[in-house]
Amino acid sequence: MKPAPFEYMAPESVDAALQLKARHGAGAQWLAGGQSLIPSLNFRCLKPDYVIDLNGLRELSYIRFESGQGVRLGGMTRYHELEHSDVIRQHAPMMHDAIPYIAHDAIRSRGTLGGSLAYADPAAELPTVTTALRARYLLRSESSERWVQAEDFFVGMFQTVMQPDELLIEVEIPLPKAGAAWGFIERSRRHGDRVLMGVAATLTLQPDGTCADARLVYQNGAPAPRLAPQAAASLNGKALTDEHIVAAAKQAAYEEIDPESDVHASSAFRRQLAFELTQRALRDARERGTAAISEEGAGA
Amino acid sequence: MSELHTIQTNINGKPVEASVPGRLLLSDFIREELRLTGTHVGCEHGVCGACTILYDGLPSRSCLMLAVQADGHEIVTVEGLASNGELHPLQEAFKAKHGLQCGYCTPGFLMTLVPFLAEHPDPDEATVRDAISGNLCRCTGYQSIVDATLLAARQMREKAGAVDGSEATS
Ligand SMILES: Cc1cc2nc3c(=O)[nH]c(=O)nc-3n(C[C@H](O)[C@H](O)[C@H](O)COP(=O)(O)OP(=O)(O)OC[C@H]3O[C@@H](n4cnc5c(N)ncnc54)[C@H](O)[C@@H]3O)c2cc1C
Ligand code: FES
Ligand code: FES
Repeated sequence: MKPAPFEYMAPESVDAALQLKARHGAGAQWLAGGQSLIPSLNFRCLKPDYVIDLNGLRELSYIRFESGQGVRLGGMTRYHELEHSDVIRQHAPMMHDAIPYIAHDAIRSRGTLGGSLAYADPAAELPTVTTALRARYLLRSESSERWVQAEDFFVGMFQTVMQPDELLIEVEIPLPKAGAAWGFIERSRRHGDRVLMGVAATLTLQPDGTCADARLVYQNGAPAPRLAPQAAASLNGKALTDEHIVAAAKQAAYEEIDPESDVHASSAFRRQLAFELTQRALRDARERGTAAISEEGAGA
Repeated sequence: MSELHTIQTNINGKPVEASVPGRLLLSDFIREELRLTGTHVGCEHGVCGACTILYDGLPSRSCLMLAVQADGHEIVTVEGLASNGELHPLQEAFKAKHGLQCGYCTPGFLMTLVPFLAEHPDPDEATVRDAISGNLCRCTGYQSIVDATLLAARQMREKAGAVDGSEATS
């Protein structure tokens, strides 16, 4: 099928784009990578009157490391650019590892960070990963600007707190603390297919081996990226023993997430998967954290 | 609504100027306006890979782009692979290894694998299978496509003089 008619606009600055959106509101759609929007137009699930193309806005495409602060990513930064960025590899390695799970080369060459977050597919990688990394997002409209923490941004399946006149401008990922560690793991039927279940774990290991700041976030564990705060809290202040890991994984998988059943897998199977993947992600984090501590110890 | 946009683009090395409505898909522009019918259309939602082209050198789904977005950019379609009447080594390998039967999926596989081989001159079988995981073929069962890709990779390495004698004869 083909898109219904619309008026195509290609503003040359963010300000001009925001003015257009303020004028046309929900009748206008931002066009970022188009990898979710254009299928919806082709199937005529969406029939916007206006399409505002963001692809000319080079000012929204950047990957910056700011020492003492963190990593700043422009909303129009493409997966392909993130995948090949040394800054991401070094300062957001979990994102570096997660990106190749997204679809295929031909989708990653176009799809964008801001598009993935704004689209808010519960099965997508970057909403979960940026939530685990305690990122915040900068939203701007013609008249105002605000930062929203990732965990407050997603409200349901394909739903966010964004207003129709807002544009996701930037993602800020804070610098990890000393001893910071992570694990990310997901499973789908075939590479690039819709994920069955994914988990992103972040924590810091203290020099004495106790765990702090644990966060567990689930991809496709609920209609939006789902945190498991009780399971995560149960890990803090303790050594990351296998026993604690299994207990936390059990609590998260069987009490804190709420996966759906569909043609690909039952809810029960997804919980089982979450139980297993959480353990693996936490063991990966333990390994990385232990290595980080001994490196820091050796450096001191 | 049906306002036309003037675009200047470069298709297979040739400058092209055209007037297109905003909603025209790049795939339809390529096939119906330019009559370059090598680019095939299967699903129009990004999953079959048949419509893959190179957009500024990167593999992209032409069914998920608008023709207006070609303005100021370079596009290569399957018709641009052969040069001076000679097929690309990957096309030769597809021929030699029966990498196609009906041929519907073939342009998409070629346009996915040409940039892949440029980045991975010596891939193993698993990497090739991963690279084509976004392209569907209903005929071959993929084995012959994988074989053709590995053959093309070897021949391209040999041509570039990067392979030692023992490997070349294997
Ligand atoms: C075959 C296929 C497989 C896929 N597999 C995966 C996968 O495994 N994992 C995954 O995560 N995704 C997958 N996707 C989706 C892909 O990641 C999309 O790129 C992503 O969902 C949307 O990003 P986009 O830049 O393409 O946005 P678009 O499609 O252009 O836009 C999506 C929506 O977000 C809005 N929007 C875009 N940018 C902004 C912004 N900066 N501010 C405010 N609103 C904005 C648009 O108006 C639109 O409503 C797949 C897509 C395809 C076609
Ligand atoms: S027609 Fe474009 S991916 Fe199927
Ligand atoms: S050769 Fe027929 S679909 Fe691939």
